[in-house]
Amino acid sequence: MLRPYLPFLLLLLFVVANAAGMIGLSHLVGPKRPTPLKDAPYESGMPPLGSARERFSIKFYLVAMLFIVFDIETVFLIPWGTIYFGGAGGALRMGFLLVEMLVFLAILGVGYVYVWKRGALQWD
Amino acid sequence: MSDVAFLVITVVKIVVVFTAIMVGVALLTLAERRICAWMQDRLGPNRVGPQGLLQPAADGLKNILKEETLPAQADKLLFLLAPAISFVPALLTFAVIPFGAPLHTKWGDIPLVVADLPVGFLYILAISSLGVYGITLAGWSSNNKYSLLGGLRAAAQMISYEIAMGMSAVAVLLIAGNVTLSDVVARQATGTPLTWNVVPLALGFLIFLVAAFAETNRLPFDLPEAEGELIAGYHTEYSAMKFSMFYIAEYSNMVTASALMTTLFFGGWDIPFTTWDNTAPWTLLKTIASVAMFGAKVGFFLFLYIWVRWTLPRFRYDQLMALGWRVMLPLALVYLTVIATAIWYLHERLGWVYDARFALALGAVNVALAVPLFFVLDRGRLVSGSVAREGA
Repeated sequence: MLRPYLPFLLLLLFVVANAAGMIGLSHLVGPKRPTPLKDAPYESGMPPLGSARERFSIKFYLVAMLFIVFDIETVFLIPWGTIYFGGAGGALRMGFLLVEMLVFLAILGVGYVYVWKRGALQWD
Repeated sequence: MSDVAFLVITVVKIVVVFTAIMVGVALLTLAERRICAWMQDRLGPNRVGPQGLLQPAADGLKNILKEETLPAQADKLLFLLAPAISFVPALLTFAVIPFGAPLHTKWGDIPLVVADLPVGFLYILAISSLGVYGITLAGWSSNNKYSLLGGLRAAAQMISYEIAMGMSAVAVLLIAGNVTLSDVVARQATGTPLTWNVVPLALGFLIFLVAAFAETNRLPFDLPEAEGELIAGYHTEYSAMKFSMFYIAEYSNMVTASALMTTLFFGGWDIPFTTWDNTAPWTLLKTIASVAMFGAKVGFFLFLYIWVRWTLPRFRYDQLMALGWRVMLPLALVYLTVIATAIWYLHERLGWVYDARFALALGAVNVALAVPLFFVLDRGRLVSGSVAREGA
């Protein structure tokens, strides 16, 4: 049963080995002549001002949270999508499956309108 | 097929596909530079080898021999891991995409797909979204303000468009009834291109196309590395092979996205107007012809990527987010509802089975949806241009 997943595991090992090889080879072959100026973060040729570990806009955090909600909805839609046409081999009526999903999407739609009205989708 | 034979064939397929992608990526970098040059009426790289064909090899060699820099106060471990984290998923995603008719050998018919997982499309969604970690960690670990902004932008952009991408693909699953990509291809291969999903799901393809451009950080959505404002975005501090790995990851993501568009919407390796290539007995000629067909379709989408790059200007960041959250997401939701209702009506009420007529009827629904959509988008209320903003 797990046989189809074996090629994936082999491919993963192969690709990881390649990635490690590339980084390792370049590390071994390339010259190393660091100077303090060369190691400074690049800021268009000016001496860097402060650290880059600064606070950043809360908007990015909000997007990540909204993403989790809507992405899980997408994942819920996928199993429904696979049984829809043909009604789970005749076990369920297609009309029932349709109404079921319309209810689900209606609830999702209410949440979406709420988020929009609260201004979470406004990027200024 | 015995276990040993299965293992040997799998290893051969892995090496062949990996090599093909790496060579494809190398040629794609050259093709991009040559096509860009052609569109701008200049020559492009043409000195290393015939027509510049050895240019990617020269670039690769140079990148191995260059000095690696490590910015002061960078997070060393994450800085080292980030290129690998974006390189590995980029090369893993292609594994589930079928790229040709089964190859007939004396050990049996070998399906031309590295791993025909029963979870097919879910695998692609899962693995391809791992790439965002590589980019974000690269941006954060560099201790460079431009890199940090590039990484954050990339994260927000990629997760925003992933939803629209997933939702538009659910419409494909409605018709295919399966997430295994070889079944998705088989469902489309009926001897006429009318049953390619691009006809019944034209608008879904449009959503998927736009989302795929955003997912791969290509113009008009290349804000994570917008050179005018962020130097090179998340890979500003990277040099030598580590920089090269981001480059390979970006281009192999383009190859995978093109292959995915081909598989989900353009019949995969199906040759149009004939069922000769989809029926047993399998011969070497059928395999070669179908792989060539697949290559031609993927090549077209790769050309489209480069073509669009020199056609459209870059989006502003608020426009990008507005397009993702206020247009693509509700559009994908409404689209899914309409298509599901249309399938129910045609199948349950009219008793049609899925064929070219069914596909054409769904295509007509798409056209009817497209007219109000483009009318609304054209008003500029949801995604406003700079002129409208200044007036307000």
